[in-house]
Amino acid sequence: MSDLAILGAGKLGTTVARLARSQGLAVDVARSGDPASIRLIVEVLAPGARAVAPPEAIAGAEMVMLALPLSKYPSLDADALAGKLVIDAMNYWWEVDGRDTELAHAEPSSSEVVGSFLAGSTLVKAFNHIGYHDLADQARPVGTPGRVAMALAGDDAAARHRVAELVDRLGFDPVELPTLHAGKALEPGHPAFGAALPADELDVLLR
Amino acid sequence: MNTDSPGRRLQFGLDTFGEAPVDGHGAPLSARASLRQVVDEAKLAEDLGIDIIALGEHHRDDFVISSPETVLAAIASVTERILLGTAVTVLSSDDPVRVYERFATLDGLSNGRAQVMLGRGSFTESFPLFGYDLRDYNTLFEEKIALFAELLKEQPVTWNSGGRTLDAADVFPKTDGGPIDTWVGVGGSPESVVRAAAYGFPMMLAIIGGAADRFAPYADLYRRALAQTGRSGQPLGIHSHGFIGADEREARETYFPGFKVHRGRVGAERGWGSFSRAQFDGEVDHGALYVGTSEQVARKIADTVTLLDLDRFDLVYSAGILTPDQRLASIERYGREVVPLVREMVGR
Repeated sequence: MSDLAILGAGKLGTTVARLARSQGLAVDVARSGDPASIRLIVEVLAPGARAVAPPEAIAGAEMVMLALPLSKYPSLDADALAGKLVIDAMNYWWEVDGRDTELAHAEPSSSEVVGSFLAGSTLVKAFNHIGYHDLADQARPVGTPGRVAMALAGDDAAARHRVAELVDRLGFDPVELPTLHAGKALEPGHPAFGAALPADELDVLLR
Repeated sequence: MNTDSPGRRLQFGLDTFGEAPVDGHGAPLSARASLRQVVDEAKLAEDLGIDIIALGEHHRDDFVISSPETVLAAIASVTERILLGTAVTVLSSDDPVRVYERFATLDGLSNGRAQVMLGRGSFTESFPLFGYDLRDYNTLFEEKIALFAELLKEQPVTWNSGGRTLDAADVFPKTDGGPIDTWVGVGGSPESVVRAAAYGFPMMLAIIGGAADRFAPYADLYRRALAQTGRSGQPLGIHSHGFIGADEREARETYFPGFKVHRGRVGAERGWGSFSRAQFDGEVDHGALYVGTSEQVARKIADTVTLLDLDRFDLVYSAGILTPDQRLASIERYGREVVPLVREMVGR
């Protein structure tokens, strides 16, 4: 059982795992292949988190975060993720994903594309617009003056609030956007992408 | 985790990707002049006692070096001591046999001074250019580094993978002095760190943003992964951008405008905003930019070296919009002032 399962053991996945562990959450990290291949990575970069296989991570998780390259989303097990609250932290990143015109120029947000694939899950877009280095450096306790804000987007208000609580606990002021589609504003090429700013300044970029 | 041992000497490098210097009116010099400038800079680096000059491979119009080992061969012919390296050679879109052949040739021409650093680099133009799919990056790298590691043994290679079948194939020239000095350059992907350690190659971490302490877990990961393979003591280095001026103000004012253009261009391609003066000052004060007076830069390098327990520090000296004289002056200060100061501060 875990509070958070993170699929992906790269820069973002290990950074969020470390933050979540520092707040005492039970965290599982998974990637495809033998979990032994990421055991040392998880042990060193996110002490206290467990390296497990994806099915085990998903089955026992309160929430599942997608922190793998966006182009890998078709490899996700949609049946296993059905009924779960899923956080989409992925971005279309041509450096990793290759030039994919469908994903790059999708009229819906990339999270809507992923959401259609994971039709049985409740999807919230979060942890995608702040770079992993800023996630690591800028997390602060609630009430810290100038605390960095993180925007999140989802259609389901209850799911959004749960993710907002996680964001807050991990060190950032949550700023909720009312629909998954509105999360388009958090994608690469939009002003809020890459922004690590307090809520009032982030709001200006989201207008 | 002080692993200092007697004789463990800190190495200093100068790295460039071959940015064009500008003339007095701000116009970029020609490719020819820019390439010859790098040779002059390497000669100066040798005169100053710098340990290594390392050139990055790029395939885009901001940089003139697409064929680093050709430039290194020119440098080899006018120097005697300085090590000649890359930072990095993009192995995934190259052919490991040809990489071996080119560096073995450079090693012969330079009396054993060749060093290759394998990696991806921070740009990706080489993939479509040479007919590869970026999405196969990991597979390509895995396969090619495995073959390259075999070729380094300089024995006939039998191989059947990645569409290549070799039956005791031998590759030439051989080196005189044992395996080509081979490093892996990584940008912070945990998987790349573990892979470098798995092959027992020394590792260079490119730190282009953020405070040095954030990278301590990566240094730890590399050393622990090395230990798991039964090896230890392989060198670990970092490379970061910087510029050394006569005074702090001159250094920042000279370096910022060009660096802003450089970062802004990269940012636009990757979908994030422009690089502000506040971000720049933040990176200089607390982050990954080594900009200031010789004393300031030396203190900052010494702190990073101590924190991460490094064996090597390379300064990327040529980013932005600088004249040849400004680049040469910064290199002079690095060699004459910064390096001796850092050695004194860290005691090696």
